[in-house]
Amino acid sequence: MSLKSEGVSLKSEAVGRKSRTPRTLPLHLVLIAVGALMVVPLVYAVLSGFKSTDELSRNPFGLPDHWLTGNYTGILRSGDFWRLLGNSTLIAVATTVLVVAASALAAFSFARFAFRGREVLFTLFTMGLMFPFAVAALPLFLLLRYLGLLDNPLGVILPQAAFGLPMTIIILRAFFREIPGELEEAATLDGCSPFGFFWRVLLPMARPALGTVSVLAVVTSWNNFMLPLLVFTDNTWWTLPIGVQQFQGQYSSDYARVFAYLVLAMVPALAFYSVAERQLVGGLTAGATKG
Amino acid sequence: MTSILADKRSRPGADAPPPDTVRSRGRARRRALNWLTAVGFQLPALVLFIGLVLLPMLFALYAAFFRWGGFGMPEDYIGVDNFTDLFDNPVFMGDLWRCLVLVLLTLALQLPFALAMAVLLNQRLRGRAVYRMLFFAPYVLSEAITGVLFSMVFAPDDGLADHLLGSIGLDSLGGEWFADPSWVMATLFIVMTWKYFGFHMMLYLAGLQSVPRELTEAALIDGAGAWQRFRSVTLPLLMPTIRISIFLAVIGAIQLFDLVWVITQGGPDHHSETMAVTMFQYGFKRYQVGYASAISVVMFGICLVFALAYQRFVLRRDLEGATTTMRGDGK
Repeated sequence: MSLKSEGVSLKSEAVGRKSRTPRTLPLHLVLIAVGALMVVPLVYAVLSGFKSTDELSRNPFGLPDHWLTGNYTGILRSGDFWRLLGNSTLIAVATTVLVVAASALAAFSFARFAFRGREVLFTLFTMGLMFPFAVAALPLFLLLRYLGLLDNPLGVILPQAAFGLPMTIIILRAFFREIPGELEEAATLDGCSPFGFFWRVLLPMARPALGTVSVLAVVTSWNNFMLPLLVFTDNTWWTLPIGVQQFQGQYSSDYARVFAYLVLAMVPALAFYSVAERQLVGGLTAGATKG
Repeated sequence: MTSILADKRSRPGADAPPPDTVRSRGRARRRALNWLTAVGFQLPALVLFIGLVLLPMLFALYAAFFRWGGFGMPEDYIGVDNFTDLFDNPVFMGDLWRCLVLVLLTLALQLPFALAMAVLLNQRLRGRAVYRMLFFAPYVLSEAITGVLFSMVFAPDDGLADHLLGSIGLDSLGGEWFADPSWVMATLFIVMTWKYFGFHMMLYLAGLQSVPRELTEAALIDGAGAWQRFRSVTLPLLMPTIRISIFLAVIGAIQLFDLVWVITQGGPDHHSETMAVTMFQYGFKRYQVGYASAISVVMFGICLVFALAYQRFVLRRDLEGATTTMRGDGK
């Protein structure tokens, strides 16, 4: 009796699945194929890091015969990798603090003040979205050299912040404008100065927007390549992207070791992404549609 | 800045009171104070932006008219010679051509692919959050990491790509990839698609969220097929997003540098060189800074003309001019 009913329920479940599967199966196959194309290079890099370069040419995409950890631990044990990681972190954090602070002040003024020249100024900043960094790289380099900021982290932090301003201002301005004016009136009646309102009321309310623009700024700084390439002539202040490129140049024949280095360099970015995915995607789409 | 202030004081606007009553003087002072406060908040951003974005650009515009090695001040004025030389330079003309090719490939293949994936992942499918995260992940990796990774994936003979093709009997499709002048751009485009399509997909997904479900359902009731629903309901509503994504893709192609520099440095024999790479070569390797400045100026000109034309003719419908949105917001 119980067996029979079990059989029936199994059967009905199978029927139900059958009626659903044919419609979505091709879609799933497409997604799996695309997903494989996305993942295979990454998995290949991880596995290759566990092989010796000899084995890599014999056995390019199987599992390693022996899981060698030497490539990974060797890199982790040398101080170089950690120094680059520290440099990248310091530069990303400093850039983010600077660009978010300056942009929040400017966006506050754009959103809450009516003043002569506001439109001209805002147009000036939005024009900045059309200045690709590559266009300004050369004169910027000359300026930094003139100011003595080459081989100085400020030589990367300040320009990165400057080029991050337009996007950050646009996103924050849109957010600040949505906060009702009555709030500001109430704060002013209570004796709040404009800066007091900005600091004690607006910023705490804008925490989600601030999170979004901060995540954007961190990722942009973390991945920046051209500016650190120009500014840091010696390796004291190299960031991870420069380190990756240099490492490949240095160990060009030792494939396995380069793969290990690549994987280790990916980990912080991917970890950050998994934590801050929502802010990152939200920021990119907001920035694109509001710009 | 002070001139604007003075201007404001001396020329009362329509709503400003006559200047000779005591009360109005107090008001004018209050307005001036208000202006100073507003601009005071702008100052840090303004200083950074003018000093590190605008001034360097203006200086490049100046230096482009000189023969100059980058040391001291430019003195050897040569008029527009740098520009005429530039347009006689086959490498630079090739850069323009390659930029156009990349833009066309992106429009024809990468963006439609991103759109297809977005439409797919907009349905209720098991695991779609995982796919979404996976497809977007490469965007988070730096160009340096992506470049080094794919220079090894596409390494001639020993790389993953050749081994994979070999294992399914397609050895003939394998080859030199980045080292082959006629294949280098195609390979580069594959890498760019791997890295960037997820970004455009995310934009489209955000756009699709704002397409009201009632509309597609109404079309379904009216007997429209899946393709028809997409073509006549979803696509038109998604056009604003698509136009923005095209804009970003073109600006990205104009300034492409990192990936190319890491993978090929423009080689073999200039076959993957971009404007930014040419600029870098002349400015930082050969110290022809005036000439490289001219390349910067042309790149900026292309960006500017494209952005203005695009905004004028394509984006107007969506944004009413992104840069003039301040108008009529209750000043």
